Amino acid sequence: MMTAVRCIDLCKTYRQGDQDIKALDHLSVDIEKGEFVCLMSPSGGGKTTFLNAIGGLDIPDSGEVWIAGERIDQMSKGELADLRLANIGFVFQAYNLIPVLTAQENVEFVMQVQGVPAAERHEKSYAILEEVGLKGLESRRPAEMSGGQQQRVAVARAIVSRPELVLADEPTANLDSKTSQELMELFTELNEHHNTTFIIATHDQRVQKYAKRLVRMLDGRIVDDVEQHAA
Amino acid sequence: MQLFVVLSRLAWRYLWRNHRRTIVMLSAIAVGAWAMIFMNALTRGMVDQMIADGISVVPGHVQIHDPAYLDDPSINNLVALGDAELDARFKDAGFVAWASRVRVPAVITSERESRGVTLLGIDPEAERSFSFIDYEAVDGRFLEGPDDKGIVLGAKLANTLETRVGKRVVLMSQDPENEIADRGFRVVGLYHAEMEATEEAYAVVGKRTAQKMLRIGDAVSEVAFVGDDYRDVEPVYNKVAELVDASVKVSRWTEVDTYLGSMLGMMDGFLLIWVIVIFLALSFGLVNTLVMAVFERIREIGLMLALGMKPAMILGQILIESMMLLGVGLLIGDLLAWATIKPLEGGIDISIVAKGMEMFGAASVLYPNLDIDDVILSNVVVMILGFLASLSPAWRASRYEPVEAITKV
Repeated sequence: MMTAVRCIDLCKTYRQGDQDIKALDHLSVDIEKGEFVCLMSPSGGGKTTFLNAIGGLDIPDSGEVWIAGERIDQMSKGELADLRLANIGFVFQAYNLIPVLTAQENVEFVMQVQGVPAAERHEKSYAILEEVGLKGLESRRPAEMSGGQQQRVAVARAIVSRPELVLADEPTANLDSKTSQELMELFTELNEHHNTTFIIATHDQRVQKYAKRLVRMLDGRIVDDVEQHAA
Repeated sequence: MQLFVVLSRLAWRYLWRNHRRTIVMLSAIAVGAWAMIFMNALTRGMVDQMIADGISVVPGHVQIHDPAYLDDPSINNLVALGDAELDARFKDAGFVAWASRVRVPAVITSERESRGVTLLGIDPEAERSFSFIDYEAVDGRFLEGPDDKGIVLGAKLANTLETRVGKRVVLMSQDPENEIADRGFRVVGLYHAEMEATEEAYAVVGKRTAQKMLRIGDAVSEVAFVGDDYRDVEPVYNKVAELVDASVKVSRWTEVDTYLGSMLGMMDGFLLIWVIVIFLALSFGLVNTLVMAVFERIREIGLMLALGMKPAMILGQILIESMMLLGVGLLIGDLLAWATIKPLEGGIDISIVAKGMEMFGAASVLYPNLDIDDVILSNVVVMILGFLASLSPAWRASRYEPVEAITKV
């Protein structure tokens, strides 16, 4: 099995006031392609920092990050942007949509930057919005949608171009249980049918049951790493 | 191309996200552009008129003289080319107009007053197409030929001399032997000019009458040529230079009238400075607008970077936004300027300040001239400077770290 993500001895320290906070403390982990990993920790445990390091959004103080066989912690900003554009889908805790674009334009945004032809873009964006239950809301702007609807647009944007790796930070934090369930089922389907690797940071017990691998973090370290039968 | 469409769409939408701020900035740019173009049109109209008047008094775009004439415009420095030879050289050379004339300093005396003037001996027919005198608007009549025995004075000069049409005056100058050359003339007409100074300066007689009075045979002081455009006299200059030998000097109008020539250069420079000064005032608003626009959407910029946009794309997006703002503002300003200048092209009466204006050669009616080159210059300068002014906020926006920007509150 091919390694999707490899982290070796990652360290990241933030300064908060006069205190040093160790967000990542000599963290090492391998995640194989097609895995469905759930990262769990109390607040401040290092989940988001870990996801940011894997996504090339944040550079660790030391250690190595490898994505699909490429070391990314020494890449330039432009190379990291290319990597994210081509390989990684992000779902952030806050919906993080572009407010001046409609739902459909938000979903098409990554594909447009990738240079996908308009017809293909439209077809894919309509299909994915229907898949996440937003058919008929294509022309609404984020301000005209509920929190759950916005999160589904963000998910649609993350997965529409079928990235090899999806990083989701608390994707269900603002969703009701029914929408959360639908979202997780969508993730599971993508994972199983398209072999997409999912790494989801969450507190949500309902999300954990969908994961095939549970990684527990505490103070920037992995304290437990177990495989489980997903729901 | 697709990327440009994406960036343009984002830029346009962000521009109208805070529509009040955008409208205020657009208004400022439009008013600035209008002021630039309107002032340019007024200045251009004034300068064009001053130069056109100046050239028509000099007159001509190119002249030939004896090499010493410009330093000493006296009877001793003449061009010894007779009418037949002048015709043979220049008649079929394709000039818009050309004329030879006698032009020497003289004193004119009426029964009451004397004044120093420039004696112009002309062939009225050859002079008609580029003279500063409107033959049909002369009180009395204009000269009927080079042998006409009458004299035409400016209305202001006649007033100073306390003479009028039908009265006699005496013109006095020197012949080439430094002897007094004088002759009595009957005033047959009074001409009117845009400026009183022009009406006071010239006493106009027939060319051959002047040649006889001055005892210079068929020699002339100068031959003047007119081409298509006073701003581009090189074609005329080159053609004249080909047709004459080294015994005469060929001069452009800017060399004959250095004051007008330097004024043209100065006004062109002034217009550019005016454009830049207005832009500097605008640039504060522009940069402030962009800085605010960037500051408001740091998180969104972080998001775009996180999703795979390169820093250069963020830079491009902000620059496109700035160019759109300037482009729309300039377009509105251009249209506004056109709409306000067109109705004024018939002339603006500035006679209330005409005396002051005449001091530097301007007439009492100002004709704004909306020159497309000035509009293009203003627009291009503003766009280029606007682009440069936008670089700083755009650069800063593109330098954000995605993870820091995305978590900005």
